[in-house]
Amino acid sequence: MTMSIEVRMIDLPDVSVNEVRRYAGIGGNDNRSDELMEIALAFSKKAKNTVVFGVFDVKCQGYKVDLGFSEVESRGLSRMLSECDKAIVMCATAGLDFDIAAKKYGRTSPALALLIGAVGSERIEALCDEFCREVSLQLDAKGFKLTPRFSPGYGDLPLEFQKEVFSALTPEKYIGVTLGESLMMTPIKSVTAIAGIRKKK
Amino acid sequence: MDFREFASSNTVILDGGMGTLLERRGLMPGEAPELWSVSHPDEILAIHKEYFDAGSNVVNTNTFGANSLKYGDDALSDMIGASVGLAKKARELSSSRRPKFISLDIGPLGRLLEPYGDLSFDEAYGVFTKTVKIGAALGVDLVTIETFNDSLETRAALLAVKENSDLPVIVTNAYGEDGKLLTGADAAVMAEMLSSMGADFIGANCSLGPNALLPIAEDLVRFSSVPTVLKPNAGLPVIEKGETVYNVTAEEFAACMETAAELGVRMLGGCCGTTPEYISLLSERLSEKKPKQVKTQKKTVITSHCQSLALDDNFTVIGESINPTGRKKVKEALRNNDTDSLIDLAELQESCGAHALDVNVGMPDISESEMLVRVVNAIQYSVPLPLAIDTSDAAAMEKALRIYNGKALINSVSGKEESMNAIFPLQKKYGGVVIALTLDENGIPSAAEERVRIAKRILRRAAEYGIDKRDIVFDPLAMAVSSDKGSAIETLKAIRVIREELGCKTSLGLSNISYGLPKREAINSAFLSMAMTAGLSMAIMNPASAEMMKAYYSSRALLGMDGGFSDYISASESFSSSDSAAFKAVKDTSDAATLEGAIIKGKRETAGRLAEKLLSEKTPMAIIEEHIIPALNEVGEGYEKGRIYLPGLLESAECASAAFSVIKAAMPKGSGVSLGRVVIATVKGDVHDIGKNIVKLLLENYGFYVKDLGKDVSPERILEAARSEKCDIVALSALMTTTVKAMEETVKLIKSQMPKINVLVGGAVLTEDYAKRIGADGYAKDAMGAVRYAEKLIKSKG
Repeated sequence: MTMSIEVRMIDLPDVSVNEVRRYAGIGGNDNRSDELMEIALAFSKKAKNTVVFGVFDVKCQGYKVDLGFSEVESRGLSRMLSECDKAIVMCATAGLDFDIAAKKYGRTSPALALLIGAVGSERIEALCDEFCREVSLQLDAKGFKLTPRFSPGYGDLPLEFQKEVFSALTPEKYIGVTLGESLMMTPIKSVTAIAGIRKKK
Repeated sequence: MDFREFASSNTVILDGGMGTLLERRGLMPGEAPELWSVSHPDEILAIHKEYFDAGSNVVNTNTFGANSLKYGDDALSDMIGASVGLAKKARELSSSRRPKFISLDIGPLGRLLEPYGDLSFDEAYGVFTKTVKIGAALGVDLVTIETFNDSLETRAALLAVKENSDLPVIVTNAYGEDGKLLTGADAAVMAEMLSSMGADFIGANCSLGPNALLPIAEDLVRFSSVPTVLKPNAGLPVIEKGETVYNVTAEEFAACMETAAELGVRMLGGCCGTTPEYISLLSERLSEKKPKQVKTQKKTVITSHCQSLALDDNFTVIGESINPTGRKKVKEALRNNDTDSLIDLAELQESCGAHALDVNVGMPDISESEMLVRVVNAIQYSVPLPLAIDTSDAAAMEKALRIYNGKALINSVSGKEESMNAIFPLQKKYGGVVIALTLDENGIPSAAEERVRIAKRILRRAAEYGIDKRDIVFDPLAMAVSSDKGSAIETLKAIRVIREELGCKTSLGLSNISYGLPKREAINSAFLSMAMTAGLSMAIMNPASAEMMKAYYSSRALLGMDGGFSDYISASESFSSSDSAAFKAVKDTSDAATLEGAIIKGKRETAGRLAEKLLSEKTPMAIIEEHIIPALNEVGEGYEKGRIYLPGLLESAECASAAFSVIKAAMPKGSGVSLGRVVIATVKGDVHDIGKNIVKLLLENYGFYVKDLGKDVSPERILEAARSEKCDIVALSALMTTTVKAMEETVKLIKSQMPKINVLVGGAVLTEDYAKRIGADGYAKDAMGAVRYAEKLIKSKG
């Protein structure tokens, strides 16, 4: 198996206010936080939007998934990858500015910290979506399809698997995402995920 | 030949990528390259030899990821030993006739340091120290610290090299597209910080292609007083036909590096994606070229972790307020370990226009070094401004300088031998600009000429330590004019002579001048204008004082420092305000007419203003009971019934806090009643604290005293605080499934040691059921739930 790693910086569409409201838990027509929301939304410009990913061969046997760099048992992941020969393993980040803001405003204005956190969540999800959309387009031309994303800690895929993902991608080197002792990533608005590549039917 | 000597007169060719070549030779994804020094020595040897043959003067050992976080002591020694051995063997085998050096390669640890990550500075330093000691004993020629994207981790590695070897050291950082490190430093900050600490060569590597790194290289050349190093990637990696490729060709790479050499870069090589072919071309084009002269830096520059400040570019206002002398609130904050109030003070001074902040925590009954470290750490990541570390205790100074993430202002040294012997070595090791007081063993001379004479002696002694003149700012000392009517004149004279004859910057602690006189600000502000006219470079003063800032802005305008008067004009808008602390204009557009309305609508400034107004009519307790609590109850109920959402609830809570702080200021000391005492923390291993902060805010709103221990707090520390705070409730938060274990340990420890204390838990992954299972007394599904639990508990206690 050859190693194949790519780093991408992605242009994102503008922040979606509705999504931010959803992440912040604002329902209905509540507009009490509109002024703070303006400040938080302006923060979306600080997002860095970088992704490192690799393409790996996949072998599934029962619930056992072999990604070349590591084997893992997960019913959920094996089902998702069952028809795939290859998979993308990715790590994406919106950058450290959201951590910095959380620290700063967590003290002086938890409301603003919450809203900026919601903007960060919207940005990192938008980044993953946009990245997968780009890859899907590339694959589509070749007659392949990308499955949905699956992350360590999701379903029965152990969070411990983060360690394997990190040693395969070394995202700390490419995009500055590090893994702490308790398997939490810094920057906090970062995502690791696996998505299978399968032939279109 | 010694490497420093070679590098002083030659363009140095470094090596290229290692990982890329290992992958071609079969390194598997997830496999650590450093393991190959032991498992595939021939491959590593061949790659090193290819680089030497291609013309590299320096080859990095295959030790990028070799550190004691990943490997045990024996394995680490073996791995570094094998790696250095292979590089040495390659040097022997290479047919190249160019001078060949071996550099111990040190990469980042892969974990981010505090405060954003979970690795402490001391741990990181310890890990790097192990690697350095092993490598230095094996006889490498130099050390390369590379690909670091955090300035603090870079400092830890550089200190480890400097304190455990005499080897020359190259430091190269990985800058992002925005020209900054992940944690915020740009090339100007890094150049000042690292050269001040004694890095021999400073540069950029990895992350981007040569074109994208050129502007950063240019900045490094401009701001560095040591040779600049550049090792770019061959572009960003992309996958083509199932393989990683880099799209910048060897030819394009070499062309770009030629431009870099013309800009002044003196040491050149490649990172990811570059191969011996790239280096060979680079060597062909550049190795015989005479390198450009390294710039002599003349400006006096201090930095924070993310900003640099040249004292030459503007008159510098250093905020003086974080100092307990004569300030009751600061004393109280220090005594209560309340760094939050000090951060507030830092933010206030920043908003008033301070360019840097003085930090002094010296007072009786407090361990100064411990407190100084804590306060410097709290403030340096809360405001972007550089700090002046102000202490007369050399041990405290060293501890603070060690963890300061930048080039600090060291406040201060004097002409006393003892002082110079203590402070100059610290400045040399940790970097910094020092404030030098013109006094000596005989005290403060009254004549300006005598003060200048002391300044000259200080300069000579500093030069013996290798400290540059630009890194010394003289304080010719403002003495009380009330006891010597000539003192202001002598000080002004000294400022002029030091500037004109010695070519040095000057600073004053202004307020001494008015000691013993009424309406001191009038004298201080007039003296500021006079000192600025005499050429003073900076003053340690109160930026929240309208009088002082008026004098500052006016003098700048009059002295031609404010082209177009734009600063003066924009500041003048708030000149009419007599309330000094509110020099920064507070704009309020709210129409809320009552305090309740302001809290419910979330209008923070209005809430503060209305609370102040109410104080003339009612007692503090009446305001709380009749206005604040009813408003909070209404919002709380709205939240519980799903009419109001979390951000709205928080905004109201922030308003109530604003009103509380106004009211608290009016209450006689000691009259504050609290409903109950709570110790709150996010448990060990967990760095999420938004939820915990929300609970804290609401509990305080409802009248509880809350001691916040922060995040990632060990069970032992929580137990200790529960004891010393004599609390009723310990509230614990955990967000991750992995940290719920730490919560369980904490609950068990507390219940076993203090069974009567109520432990309340909450957090995204917890359930009521689970809370019971781990032995907690209560579970709150959200912040209001925590308030309700606490209220009920206190009521039941009667």
